[in-house]
Amino acid sequence: MTLTRFVTKSAFRNKRRSILTVLSITFSLLLLTFMMTIWHGFYIDKGSTESALRLITRHRVSLTQAMPISYREKIRTITGVVAVAPTNWFGGQYKDPKPENFFAQFGTDPDEAFKVLTDFKIPADQLAAWQHDQAGVVVDSELAKKFGWKIGDRIMLQGTIYPVNLELTIRGMYTAPEPTSSVYFNQKYVEEAVAFAKGNAGTFSILADSADDVPKVAAAVDAMFHNSPQPTKTETEKAFQLGFINSIGNVKAFILSICFAVVFATLLVSANTMAMSIRERTREVAVLKTLGFTRQTILGLYIGEGVIVTLIGGVLGSLLGAGLITALTHAPGMGLFLAGMKVTGSTFLLAVFVAAMVGFLSAIVPAYHAAKVDIVEGLRYIG
Amino acid sequence: MAIPISYNIRNLKLRKGLTIMTALGIALTVTTAVFLMALLAGLQKAFVSSGDALNVLVMRKGSTAELSGGFDATLFNTLKTLPGIAKDGQGEPIASGEWVVVAVLPRKDGTGEVNVSVRGMMPAGLTLRPKAKLVEGRWFSPGQREVVVGKSIHDRFSGANVNDNLDFAKGQWKVVGIFDSGGTAYDSEIWGDLNQIAVDFDRQGGLGSAYLRATDPVAADALKNRVSDDQRLKLEGGLETDYYKKQTNSGGAIKYIGFVVAVIMAIGSSFAAMNTMYAAVAYRAREIATLRVIGFSRPSILTSFVLESLLLSLLGAAVGIILMLPFNGMSTGVGNNVTFSETVFSLHMTLGVVLIAVAFALVMGLIGGFFPAWQAARQEILTALRG
Repeated sequence: MTLTRFVTKSAFRNKRRSILTVLSITFSLLLLTFMMTIWHGFYIDKGSTESALRLITRHRVSLTQAMPISYREKIRTITGVVAVAPTNWFGGQYKDPKPENFFAQFGTDPDEAFKVLTDFKIPADQLAAWQHDQAGVVVDSELAKKFGWKIGDRIMLQGTIYPVNLELTIRGMYTAPEPTSSVYFNQKYVEEAVAFAKGNAGTFSILADSADDVPKVAAAVDAMFHNSPQPTKTETEKAFQLGFINSIGNVKAFILSICFAVVFATLLVSANTMAMSIRERTREVAVLKTLGFTRQTILGLYIGEGVIVTLIGGVLGSLLGAGLITALTHAPGMGLFLAGMKVTGSTFLLAVFVAAMVGFLSAIVPAYHAAKVDIVEGLRYIG
Repeated sequence: MAIPISYNIRNLKLRKGLTIMTALGIALTVTTAVFLMALLAGLQKAFVSSGDALNVLVMRKGSTAELSGGFDATLFNTLKTLPGIAKDGQGEPIASGEWVVVAVLPRKDGTGEVNVSVRGMMPAGLTLRPKAKLVEGRWFSPGQREVVVGKSIHDRFSGANVNDNLDFAKGQWKVVGIFDSGGTAYDSEIWGDLNQIAVDFDRQGGLGSAYLRATDPVAADALKNRVSDDQRLKLEGGLETDYYKKQTNSGGAIKYIGFVVAVIMAIGSSFAAMNTMYAAVAYRAREIATLRVIGFSRPSILTSFVLESLLLSLLGAAVGIILMLPFNGMSTGVGNNVTFSETVFSLHMTLGVVLIAVAFALVMGLIGGFFPAWQAARQEILTALRG
């Protein structure tokens, strides 16, 4: 019998206890994976390299203020700017006001939109079709899957900000690096129907030439309009999106405290089990020592036992966590909160590492005491 | 005959380490659950108790938020003359044309800039909102670049004290007062003079919304129908309270995630409690057999062990609730889908929340205790005595 086999055997000698412990840790780690994924999606996910080259310009006062469309051509003259497209939030309702039917709708310029969104893939013929139909719309392929849309389908968006209902025909589907839950249509449609929409842009999406150009372009754009009646604020796409998350409140503290509570609870559970199972075997330790096992080996054996139990829980938990995220993304009432979130390799590894650490920490104290036990005392021990 | 409960208490005391660890595990679960429920209770309070049942909110037809409204200001004169509107001391109808806009302000704690709702209103706007009470300074004067800020704004943003200047839109605004509307959504708003704000945000000539104060609830209902049914106006009236109820949706994701988190943690804790109780039963196999020999029946052993588990979980619940106390009243914000800005609300540990938490812990204890207790009650007396 090898040592590894000995460890696995003893880890599951009390089957019920080990299984309950594994299950308890599984659920805790599932939660940890879940929270870490949200964290990752919010704060770490940097998007594709192309998206790092994108900037968003908005009115300095806030998003609700519009800028003159003439800014577009002025921005284009700045060195380092490759493409500029206006992006207007339409905020219409699809079918009904339910959150599961909510998605982002942007009015833009079909000729340049995908020159800015370089990492969005769309077949050339579909793009051309969209450019030829002023009442056309291109949709995220994931969103199309969700609603069962096909090319040629018609969708109606009921205006809430603009007093117009858009009757749009789906002309294309694009694939973004991560699902965006967005659709893009021609802003001209809105402009022709609503007088006050004419000549205005909510935001401009800018593509910079290189990473070095990004901060320069941002500064140049804001400097250009600094003294105008409509000053601007330009930031990277990621920073712009983070602004929205910030407005959800103290999400960071919220996630961290739950993670902390979960890890601590797991540690308690696992330490409890390890203490129980090692104390029971005081006699066995004495026997092992009599046979010539050293303290270090015994310490290693018990720690290994603890780590095995928590590792199984960790792997199971993070796998289940991945499943949970997928299931919840599509849950009704969820809206876009988890849109595009997935358990990444690093999150998975981190969860498994935390599990192993919990096993190690919970076993070390009882294992140390067990290894220290005096042989004669240990043999006398009756539990 | 039932086994006295002091037997269980003594047993829990005897295995102190195990008891404390398991109870702490349950306590953490309870704390998390209470935290989430208090969050939802606060959220509910911020939206559901916002608004006044006598106020009729008028927006452009099809518009779902004050922010996205926009109708011709001349329509307001028609609205003002509608029957059913309460009159003030001078016999003027109590009605206010308003704009809600968004400004970006830096947080006090340096965690970045956040969208904040700014409401421009006519003087009657204050009469329309009796719930808002001034706690410091005075109300803004018409025609001045003055604002009053809600309590949450005062707490969370820098430069939001009386006599400070807030920098948004086209320049500085003098803060002249702080108001408290009792934890409702208004507390997350900045109020100022309609015309001043309309000019700064380029909204002259229009109105985002209009508020009409009805004489009584029936008049409010009639007034809202009257506005909506008038084909020439192309406006829609609704009760202000209904408008806020709809915004509770903003917490939808938090609600979902909170629920999932609490349930998953509870399942994990139930397994842990089960482990402890199984160990308790295993340790006491002989003792249980002895109890049986003395004449205690199987059902009383089952009850006794379930009770022990329930005690354990109650202990956990108590600790969990105590752990949560320092967080009670802590405020946080939620991004509001309707106003595009932050609505601040406080964690609100109501009696209901505490009771649910206790029930929640008891369910964990019941699940964790039943199977081990079942095993304890069923074991063979002779084998157990020999073991």
